[in-house]
Amino acid sequence: MKYLYFPGCSLKGLGRAYEESLLPVLRHLGVEVQELEDWNCCGATAYMSVDEMEAAVLAARNLALAEQQAGSRDLLAPCSACYLVLHKVQHNIAQFPDVRSTVQSALDRARLRYTGRVQVRHPLDILLHDVGLDVIREKVVRPLRGLKVAPYYGCQIVRPYATFDDAFNPTTMDRLLATLGAEVVPYPLKTKCCGGSLTGTVPEAGLRLSYILMKEALRRGADVIATVCSLCHFNLDAYHQEIERRWGAVRIPTVYFTQLMGLAFGLAPRELGLHRNLVPFEKWSAVTAAS
Amino acid sequence: MNRSGAMKPNPSAEPPRIGFYVCHCGSNIASTVDCAEVARFASRLPGVVISRDYKYMCSDPGQELIQQDIRDHRLNRVVVASCSPLLHEQTFRKAVAKAGLNPFCFQMVNIREHASWVHEDPQAATAKARALARAAIERVRFHRALEPVRVPIRAEALVIGGGIAGIHAALTLAEAGKRVILVERQPSIGGHMAYLDKTFPTLDCAACILTPKMSAVRSHPNITLWTYSEVVKVEGFVGNFTVTVRRKPRYVNEELCVGCKECVDACVFKEGKFPDEFNLGLSRRKPIYLPFPQATPQVVLIDPERCLNLKTGKCKKTCVEACDRNAIAFDQKPELKVVQVGTILVATGFQLFDPSRLPQYGYGRYPNVFTTLEVERLVNSSGPTGGEIRLRDGRTPQSVGFILCVGSRDHRTNRWCSRTCCMHSMKLALLIREHTGADVTLFYMDIRAAGKGYEEFYDKCLREGIQFVRGRVAEVTDWAMTPEEEGKLVIRVEDTLAGFVRRIPLDMVVLAVGKEPQPDAQELRRLLNLSCSAEGWFLERHPKLAPVSTFTDGIFLAGCCQGPKDIPDTVAQAGAAAAEALALMDRGYIEQEPNTAYIEEADCSGCKSCLPLCPYSAIQFDEARGKAHIQAALCKGCGTCVAACPSGSIRQHLFEDEQIFAEIEGVLSHD
Repeated sequence: MKYLYFPGCSLKGLGRAYEESLLPVLRHLGVEVQELEDWNCCGATAYMSVDEMEAAVLAARNLALAEQQAGSRDLLAPCSACYLVLHKVQHNIAQFPDVRSTVQSALDRARLRYTGRVQVRHPLDILLHDVGLDVIREKVVRPLRGLKVAPYYGCQIVRPYATFDDAFNPTTMDRLLATLGAEVVPYPLKTKCCGGSLTGTVPEAGLRLSYILMKEALRRGADVIATVCSLCHFNLDAYHQEIERRWGAVRIPTVYFTQLMGLAFGLAPRELGLHRNLVPFEKWSAVTAAS
Repeated sequence: MNRSGAMKPNPSAEPPRIGFYVCHCGSNIASTVDCAEVARFASRLPGVVISRDYKYMCSDPGQELIQQDIRDHRLNRVVVASCSPLLHEQTFRKAVAKAGLNPFCFQMVNIREHASWVHEDPQAATAKARALARAAIERVRFHRALEPVRVPIRAEALVIGGGIAGIHAALTLAEAGKRVILVERQPSIGGHMAYLDKTFPTLDCAACILTPKMSAVRSHPNITLWTYSEVVKVEGFVGNFTVTVRRKPRYVNEELCVGCKECVDACVFKEGKFPDEFNLGLSRRKPIYLPFPQATPQVVLIDPERCLNLKTGKCKKTCVEACDRNAIAFDQKPELKVVQVGTILVATGFQLFDPSRLPQYGYGRYPNVFTTLEVERLVNSSGPTGGEIRLRDGRTPQSVGFILCVGSRDHRTNRWCSRTCCMHSMKLALLIREHTGADVTLFYMDIRAAGKGYEEFYDKCLREGIQFVRGRVAEVTDWAMTPEEEGKLVIRVEDTLAGFVRRIPLDMVVLAVGKEPQPDAQELRRLLNLSCSAEGWFLERHPKLAPVSTFTDGIFLAGCCQGPKDIPDTVAQAGAAAAEALALMDRGYIEQEPNTAYIEEADCSGCKSCLPLCPYSAIQFDEARGKAHIQAALCKGCGTCVAACPSGSIRQHLFEDEQIFAEIEGVLSHD
């Protein structure tokens, strides 16, 4: 099993802990990952909202590079924003001739070609459908027994393109976490907005959404929120003072699902980037000590 | 192929005297095809005695024109170039027959659907019309006088499906003196209507109007009722279908059981333990049970998946002891019955949309999300709560919301309107309000109340204080934003009349689930050789003018298997289907197109290769003479044997080699 890996800016910066946990976990499962050479910005939010064509060209360059760099047809895009933009651009190139010709002429100048052969994949997708829960179960040495987790998918990996899971009630992460031994709490807000970039631009609106997510996770007895997205992680981890000032404390840690996998596989918390959390995930020590 | 031999004209026939007529069809044909030019062209072809164009050939004066010409010009062949033969071939055949010409010495050319309607360039369309006309004129020279094949029709009918459509059709046919076999796959007839409490817009009790019809079916001397049975095989054709029905074992002798239910009381299970199908799992039943109080026939049945004796063989069999009529029959086996019928009425109904396919509405996840049919059981006095509207924890709801168009008018699921959900929801809303005084809100996109008394019912709901919120509901959830929402279900919806997104807390949410084709509709479609719309509903022969006929002669449709409809429309359609079947059966015979195959015995080598090929078993072999023989009454004119015969000794009326070759030559020769 081999995948080309597109980290995007997040996993090298703010969402470093995602990469720090994802790569060891995949290695532990025998999944080979090769970082895409010379990758560039995926074309997400900022570009997409100012100039869709520019964004399409940026994304298409990454897709074309992936097709050129042999090794796999599958391009692993762990960041939700990258995942969505790469999919969206593939879709737009296939559907709209004007996008196709703009992208093609830009790629021509860089002596690149895009055929549509490359498949953009999400880690949850490959973990459940390529690796399989049976293989993952075998690797669990410290089951997350007694840990109550709220599975939070965010919006971008299931909407508008529900490529590997249901758009309204995704369950891949639920099943994965249950395989790790965790107790998955019913969390109907699993695809609700975290506030996105509104937490920075219109905090009243954005932070309120983050607040609701954490308040409801606590109300349903969760010890921790598991996320797949670095922007979600940032919103749920970094604004606790602001939120507390407005609506009261909702102190609950948020971690990447890959960090929980790593803990269950017996990897050291420090190797998994857990020390980077602003709201520390204290219960992990109890969980890991218990087993 | 020896073409020169095949092209020899019929030696016995007199030289052809052909009349050719081209129809303007108002401007339908004449606006694109130069009809006068086609007539001029045809008049110069050999054998054509008279050639005319006329505004409406199918009109009485048009037909008389042909008849007059037959008499005046001693015509022995007629060709009409007009619309599709599906429309008017019979018209013209009858017209020429009236003037003394054999109807099969007539040939029709379609220059409307095949030329004027599909082409824009008048010159090209006219050239095509000329070529098609010449093909028919060349062909008709080789036509011979033929007699239609008469096949008798059996006077028995099969009705598949015992819902209100099948019940009404069966009773109509039986009242007219026809023998009817009614096959229903559930243990009782009644269909979806039996689940209903009251019916809109009159609010009359569904059971009160349905039960008498159910018992009439049971007691009618002309009706054989086979419940718990399914059609597994259909052979033959109009007038003479051979149908195999599989009767599932009830493990109770239907002739002996009187429905006293002593056995149910005596069952070793003291309480109902298993989900009751009729109450949609809202109550529990025993392994031996009567499906519902008015079940017809009033015969209990045993669920082999639940009965201790049938599953393990270890049971005290208290039911057997309790039955003084010895009706319990654990050794019953599935039984195959073969019947012969003349016509078949299909009334297999629909299934309801499974709302767990729309997880955003929380069905199966939140206990107080119900479907409309479940609520129908709740308001019914013989239902699981004795007619009380109750939440799953036993509380009475104080606020109820109906979500309309669940699985209807939705590109992600089903695009069609299920037609009854608006009225059904309004009816339930009114009943809930009457029973509980709860606040009831309907979330709708459009209220479709098109029917007699329906709009007035909508008006009544508005006056009774039912709330209507216009908008497609985004989700049903259980997280509270305000104290009032705590412990409630919350509907999030864009209220498109108010212009903003609302959150509405409710105790109970009811999903107005739409109608879908039965899950095994495709299997039945193949059994009966029916056509289907893209959505999977059985296709009527014509959406306006043949709404209960199918493309298979002798098979008719009634009720929701053809598309969603309400009870009045279903019953009207069932009556219509019965009347069409009666018209066919009462005539006693059908005339078949004489396009049958026949064998030139002199050329038949007796190789028997045709015998296994015939799908209708119409070919027999005369061992004494070493020749095959085709029974015209059984032959459907498919032509398989004609193509397969190695010696070329099988020919087919109306598709003779010389006719086909003349037609090809006619269409291909240049002006």
